[in-house]
Amino acid sequence: MSDNHSDAPLLRTPLYDLHVSLGAKMVPFAGYEMPVQYPTGIIKEHTHTRTQAGLFDVSHMGQVFLVGPEAAAALETLVPVDIIDLPQGMQRYALFTNDTGGVMDDLMVANFGDRLFVVVNAACKAQDIAHMQKHLSGRCKVEVLEDRALLALQGPAAGAVMARLAPETAKMVFMNTATVNLVGVPCYISRSGYTGEDGFEISVPADKAEALARELLSHPEVAPIGLGARDSLRLEAGLCLYGHDLDVNTSPVESSLLWALSKPRRADGARAGGYPGADVILGHIANGVSRKRVGLRPNARVPVREGAEIVDADGRKVGVVTSGGFGPTLEAPVAMGYVETALAKVGTQLSAMVRGKPVPVEVASTPFVPQRYYRG
Amino acid sequence: MSNIPANLKYTESHEWIRVEADGTLTVGVTDHAQEALGDVVYLELPEAGRTLAAGEACAVIESVKAASDIYAPVAGEVVESNQAAVDAPESVNADAYAAWLFKIRPDAAADLGKLLDAAGYEAVVANA
Repeated sequence: MSDNHSDAPLLRTPLYDLHVSLGAKMVPFAGYEMPVQYPTGIIKEHTHTRTQAGLFDVSHMGQVFLVGPEAAAALETLVPVDIIDLPQGMQRYALFTNDTGGVMDDLMVANFGDRLFVVVNAACKAQDIAHMQKHLSGRCKVEVLEDRALLALQGPAAGAVMARLAPETAKMVFMNTATVNLVGVPCYISRSGYTGEDGFEISVPADKAEALARELLSHPEVAPIGLGARDSLRLEAGLCLYGHDLDVNTSPVESSLLWALSKPRRADGARAGGYPGADVILGHIANGVSRKRVGLRPNARVPVREGAEIVDADGRKVGVVTSGGFGPTLEAPVAMGYVETALAKVGTQLSAMVRGKPVPVEVASTPFVPQRYYRG
Repeated sequence: MSNIPANLKYTESHEWIRVEADGTLTVGVTDHAQEALGDVVYLELPEAGRTLAAGEACAVIESVKAASDIYAPVAGEVVESNQAAVDAPESVNADAYAAWLFKIRPDAAADLGKLLDAAGYEAVVANA
């Protein structure tokens, strides 16, 4: 999300100078000056990531350790996800919920053995850190990692490039995590990402971030990729963008994220409920919801963008687009949005209003582009 | 530095205008505009015969990131729009001055004197 919540001067990541030297177009994003694209442009960057490997600076995201034997049980009081049984060396997608069952943020949680490693969205990190400090600090230490950058290496060549730097990464599969020495320092890496491709996210000490980025960029398969292509890649992969496809007014069930609600935290589970808004969310699971997030494929060339109303054949408003744009891999527009549950079935024909005119759209399954995570 | 040909006229909203021998105006977006927009993926152009007021939003150019309006540089009637550009929106990025968008026949009262010359537009870009 691009909201810059204050008038404070924009922050810079440790890779700012590198972005500028690579010719990036820098824009404000979540309080940071970030590269939206490099001189090659979004479509080429997108295609490069799908065919080779792209390097992304995601250092604006928040990185937090939750330290201590009770960290997992404590975090479970804030997320509808099984953290206690998350195996060491594994990462899991989670959601901070609020008292009305809405989503405060989405996050990644990794089990490092004596601690959890949590990565949260840039635009929400101040809120999330305060939320964890308020609710968890009695049971574990909430340690914000201010001095680390976060890089993502994504694409079908990411595995080969990482294996050249650290051969032990070759045996990692999707959602595995490990501490690996890169450019002479311990880095926390996970085999995951936000593009639908195989790849890694790498937490590196800030003072080594540029050295690591330059090392990765020295491999012929790797090119720098900006936030513009990050957005088109995640949209084609059917992944939610917090603040757009998910927010405090959408429950995880409405958001079609039922898969992220772990069985032990559901109504008949071993640790049912016990997180904010559990009554609402468990009610949504049991009784259904009136609207759902769906994929949308416009049957036209015109992009259908966030905010476009979705209407039925009679022109009645039945939903709204929450993310949309052009999918360079599909060479066609793609979108996501919320529609009435009765109209959420794949293949349903609807229209989205673009500049006052109805554009035919079809409810489509996501991901729009097949995910290619490495599962061994 | 973006390319600003000396033989064209310009607007502050980044359209270029070529005054043809028959008095019609050929309109496109400038090199500076295409560079700022990034990869162009969709064009919506006015139909021939449509009457435009000066400054009226009459066309839409969409990049991967966003949709932007294109404005009529003067009042007039649309003579033709460029279907080849609609079919290949990326041609705007390849050469913004070759990929014209529409042609208008200006009203008799239309004031072409308000359009910028290359030096005037260069100042607009420099201050952007």
